[in-house]
Amino acid sequence: MATQTSTIPAGGLAGARDSAEKNYLNESKGILSWLTTLDHKRIGVMYLICILGAFFLGGMSAVLLRTEHLSGTPNLMEADAYNKLFTLHGAVMIFLFIIPGIPAALGNFVLPIMLGAKDVAFPRLNLCSWYLWVIGAVCALLSLLLGGFDTGWTFYTPYSTSSPFQGVIPIVTGAFILGFSSIFTGLNFIVTIHKLRAPGMGWFKMPLFLWGLYSTALIQVLATPVLGITLLLLIVERALGVGIFDPALGGDPVLFQHFFWFYSHPAVYIMIVPAMGVISELISVFSRKHIFSYQFIAYSSIAIAAFGFIVWGHHMFTSGQSELMNTIFSLLTFSVAIPSAIKVFNWTATMYKGSIVFKTPQLYALSFLFLFGIGGLTGLFLATLSTDIHLHDTYFVVAHFHYVMFGGTVIAFLGALHYWWPKMFGKMYNENWGRVACLLIFIGFNMTFFTQFAMGSQGMPRRYFNYTEGYTTYHVVSTIGSYIMAVGFFVIAGYLYYSLIRGRKAPDNPWGGASLEWQTSSPPPVENFKKDPIVGDPYDFSNLKYDPAIGGYVRVDAQGVAS
Amino acid sequence: MDAQVHPHADAHGAHAHSPHLQHHFDSLEQQFDSGKLGMWLFLATEVLLFAGLFCAYSVYRANHPEIFIYAHQFLDKFWGAVNTGILIASSLTMAWAVRCSQIGKQTGLVICLCLTLLGGVGFLCVKYVEYKAKWEHGLLWASQYNPSHHGEGHDEAAAGDGHEDHSEAPDPSAAHAATPPAEAAAADPAAVTPTVIMTTSAGVVVERSKILPAAMGPMELAPDTTGHDLHGKEPQNVQTFFSIYFMMTGLHGVHVIIGMLAIAWVLIRSLKGHFSPAYFTPVDLVGLYWHLVDLIWIYLFPLLYLIH
Amino acid sequence: MSSAHGSHSGHGEQVGHIVGWPILVATWAALMVFTYITVAATYIDLGSLNLWLAMVIATIKAALVVMYFMHLRYDRPINALVFVISLSALALFLVLAMLDTAHYQQVLIPGYAPGMTPR
Repeated sequence: MATQTSTIPAGGLAGARDSAEKNYLNESKGILSWLTTLDHKRIGVMYLICILGAFFLGGMSAVLLRTEHLSGTPNLMEADAYNKLFTLHGAVMIFLFIIPGIPAALGNFVLPIMLGAKDVAFPRLNLCSWYLWVIGAVCALLSLLLGGFDTGWTFYTPYSTSSPFQGVIPIVTGAFILGFSSIFTGLNFIVTIHKLRAPGMGWFKMPLFLWGLYSTALIQVLATPVLGITLLLLIVERALGVGIFDPALGGDPVLFQHFFWFYSHPAVYIMIVPAMGVISELISVFSRKHIFSYQFIAYSSIAIAAFGFIVWGHHMFTSGQSELMNTIFSLLTFSVAIPSAIKVFNWTATMYKGSIVFKTPQLYALSFLFLFGIGGLTGLFLATLSTDIHLHDTYFVVAHFHYVMFGGTVIAFLGALHYWWPKMFGKMYNENWGRVACLLIFIGFNMTFFTQFAMGSQGMPRRYFNYTEGYTTYHVVSTIGSYIMAVGFFVIAGYLYYSLIRGRKAPDNPWGGASLEWQTSSPPPVENFKKDPIVGDPYDFSNLKYDPAIGGYVRVDAQGVAS
Repeated sequence: MDAQVHPHADAHGAHAHSPHLQHHFDSLEQQFDSGKLGMWLFLATEVLLFAGLFCAYSVYRANHPEIFIYAHQFLDKFWGAVNTGILIASSLTMAWAVRCSQIGKQTGLVICLCLTLLGGVGFLCVKYVEYKAKWEHGLLWASQYNPSHHGEGHDEAAAGDGHEDHSEAPDPSAAHAATPPAEAAAADPAAVTPTVIMTTSAGVVVERSKILPAAMGPMELAPDTTGHDLHGKEPQNVQTFFSIYFMMTGLHGVHVIIGMLAIAWVLIRSLKGHFSPAYFTPVDLVGLYWHLVDLIWIYLFPLLYLIH
Repeated sequence: MSSAHGSHSGHGEQVGHIVGWPILVATWAALMVFTYITVAATYIDLGSLNLWLAMVIATIKAALVVMYFMHLRYDRPINALVFVISLSALALFLVLAMLDTAHYQQVLIPGYAPGMTPR
C-alpha cells in the first residue's frame, strides 16, 4: 500500500492509474495548477503552508527574544533590535498566523466538505484572499528590509507616527491588506453556510466547528473594516500628516486606541472561536459520545461574537479612558465569561462517562481545556479595574493572552491539524511521536508562561529590554520552557513531514467521526464526494464500527453489517 | 431552512446547461441569491469602513463644534448640492440600467450605464474644482494647513467659486501658527513655544507651533461656541476639520472611481451582449455598490457642507 | 426565507424583482425634493435641531435609496438583516466612542500633556 502511493510517478503512469485514486492532490500537476486553482481544498493547503511559514518566523523571533532574556543585560541584541523583534513577533503571529490560521487554512479545507457542498460560494474570491495574504506577507517582509518597525503590534500613536524606522508604513499597509484577505474569507464562509448547505443539512445539523467558523466570519466581516480605516488613517497620518490621531496637530491619540480595539478586541474572538469549534469536534469524537447540549454550544459561539463587540475598552483602562467608560467596559467584560464557561462545562460534560480515546488530537483537546481555563480565568483579574491598574502592561498580561492565544488557539490548531491531517493528505502520522510532541509542548508552554504570571504579578513590565536581578530565575525558567516548546514543534514538523513520504495510507475515517468529511475518501476527490453523503446527526457515533482490517471506522446498519 | 434546499434540487434539471451556472451551484437562483448576499455583506464592510470616519467626525464635532461651525464656511454649498444632484441622478440611471437588463432591453442598458458613468465623471469634475480651490488657499489637512487668503468677514462659499480677494494680506489671527497670545497664555505658558520646523516624509517643510492642542478643553479655546460670531477669531485646530473633510471626501472619491471602473466593466460586457433576463447579476451587484456610494454622499453632504 | 421568493420563482428563468419605472422616477423625485428641503433648512435657525433635522432627512433619503433603488424592500430579508446589523455596529462604535471622549475631554487639564511638554 505504501509503495503504491508514496512513489507517485512523474506523470507517465498517471493515465494508467485507477480512477479511484484520483484526488484533489494529484488531479492536475505543476506549480501553476496550484497557483491558479479554484479548489477550496488546494487553497486551504496553500494557506496551511504559508501560515506555517509565518508561524516559523514568529516562533523563531520568540525564541530569540527569550534567549535575550536569559540575563538582564544585553546578550544577543541592542534595545532597538529587541523592540523590533517583539513587534515582529506580535505582528507576524497575529496578522499572518493566528487570524488566518484555523479559518483560512483548515476551515477552507473542511467547511464545504462538512456542508456537503462542492466548493465555497465564491471560489475566485477565495483564491483572491490567499493572494492578498501573500501580498500582505510580502509587505511585512518589505518593512523588515526597510529597517523594521518598533511600534508594538498595536501601532499605537504617537509611537507609530513618530517612530524613526521606515518599516512602519509597509507593515501597516500589509496589515491593511491582510485585513481584506480576512474579510473576504469571512464573507465567503457566511454565504457558503447560508446558501450551499446540502439537502437535509439544517442549521442544527451542522458540526459545531461550522458554528464557530460562522461566528468568526461575522466578526471578520463586521470588525475588520474598522481596522482597515484605522490603518488607512495611520498611513496617511504618517505619510501626509493628516493629524486625526496626532496631538501635535490637534488630534486625539486615545481615539486611535478606540479605533484599534474596536477591531482588535473582536479579533481576539476571531482567533479563539474557531479553536473552540475544533475542540467541540475533538472532544465529542474522541469521547465516543454525543456532544453535550449542542444548541448551547452553538449559541454561545454567536454570543461570544456579539459580546466581543462591546468590551474593547478594557484595553484602555490606564490609557486615559474616562472613569465612566472604564466602569462600563469592566462590567461588560465579565459577561464574556458566561458563554466561554458554557462551552467549557459542556465539553467537560461531554467527556463524562465517555469512552475517551487518548489519540494525539484528544491530548491537544485536553491541553486546551486546562490551558484555556487558566487563560480565561486570569482574564477576569484583568477585567477588574482595581487589579488591572497593578497588572496592566506587566508580564501577567503577556502570560494571560499567551494562555488564551497559544494555549487556546495554537493548541486547538495543532489538534485540528492532527485530526484532519489524514483527511488532507491521506497519510497517517506516527501516533507515539505525536503524543511525545504534545507532552513536550504542554510542559514547555507551562514553564514558559506560568513563570510569567509570577513575575508579572511582582511587577515585571512587558516589552522591557532588561530587568533587575530579582526576576532572573523566572526569566531563565521561562526561556528554558520556550526551548522545550521549540523542540516539540520540530518533532511535529519531523513526523508530519515523514508521514507525507512514508506514512501509512489513511483510511476514510480513522477517528470514527460522524461529520460529512469522514464519508468521503482520504484525500477527497476534486468534487469532494463521489456519491452524495448521508446527512445525519454529526455527533451520533452509534452506527460507526472500528474495522481493524483498514485501521479505520466504517458505517454499519442496525444489524452491525457494513453498509 | 431545510425546505430551502429542495427548490434548488428541483430546478437543477431545468438549468443544468445554463452557460452562466457555475459548477458548484445547483440553480441559477441559488447562484443569484449567493451573489446578492455576498454583495450585501460587502456593503456592510463598506459601511463599517466609513464608520471610522463618521466616528472621528462625531467625536470632534461633539467636542469642538466651533471648529466645524467656523470651517464649513470654506466649503461651497452650491457645488455640494450640485454633486448631490448628480449622484442621485446617476443612481436613478443605474437602477434603470438594472431594470433594463432584467427585462432584456440591450440599448436601454447601454444608454443607462453610459449616463451613470457620465454622472461619475461629472461628480469627479466638481470634486476637482472644489479640491483645487482648497489647494490654492492652503485649506488642507492638518500638517499642510496653511490658509493664506481667507480672513475675516468672508461670506460663505468663499473657497469654491473663485472670487477671493488675492490682494488681502495674511490675517494674523487666521495664520495658524500664531495663537492669540492672551488666550494661549491664559491656557498655559507651556503652550506658547517656539515654532518648530516639521518635515513630513513627503519632504515638505512646514512651519507650525508645537502647541499641545489635544489637552485643550473646548471651553478654553472657544469663546464663540455659539457659532454666530463667524467674524470672530479663528478657533484652534481648524485643521482638524480639513483633515476629516479630505479623508471623508477622499475615501468617498476613491469609491466613486472604483464604482466607475466597475460600471465601465459592466458596460463593456453589456456591449458584448453578455446579459439577459436570465443572467444580470453583475449589473445588479455593481448597481448596489454604486447606490451605496450615493448613500454615503447623502450623509456626507449635510455633515460637511450644511453645518448651521 | 423560502417563502420570500415565492412571488417571482414562477417566471422560469427570471430571478430577482423588477422595479417599475414609475417607482424609480418617483424615488428620484422624492430624493431631489428632500435635497432641496435639507439645503433650505440650513437657512433657518433651529439651534441644535438643525443637525438632527439634517440627519433625519438624510436617513429618509437613504431609506428611499435602499428600499427602491437597491430593491431591499423586495429582496430576501436576510440581506436587509445584514445591512441593519452593519448599521447597528456603526451605531455601537459611535455611541461608545463618543460617550468616552465626551467624558475624558472634560477632565483634561488645559495645556497639560505629560511627556509632550518641551523642556
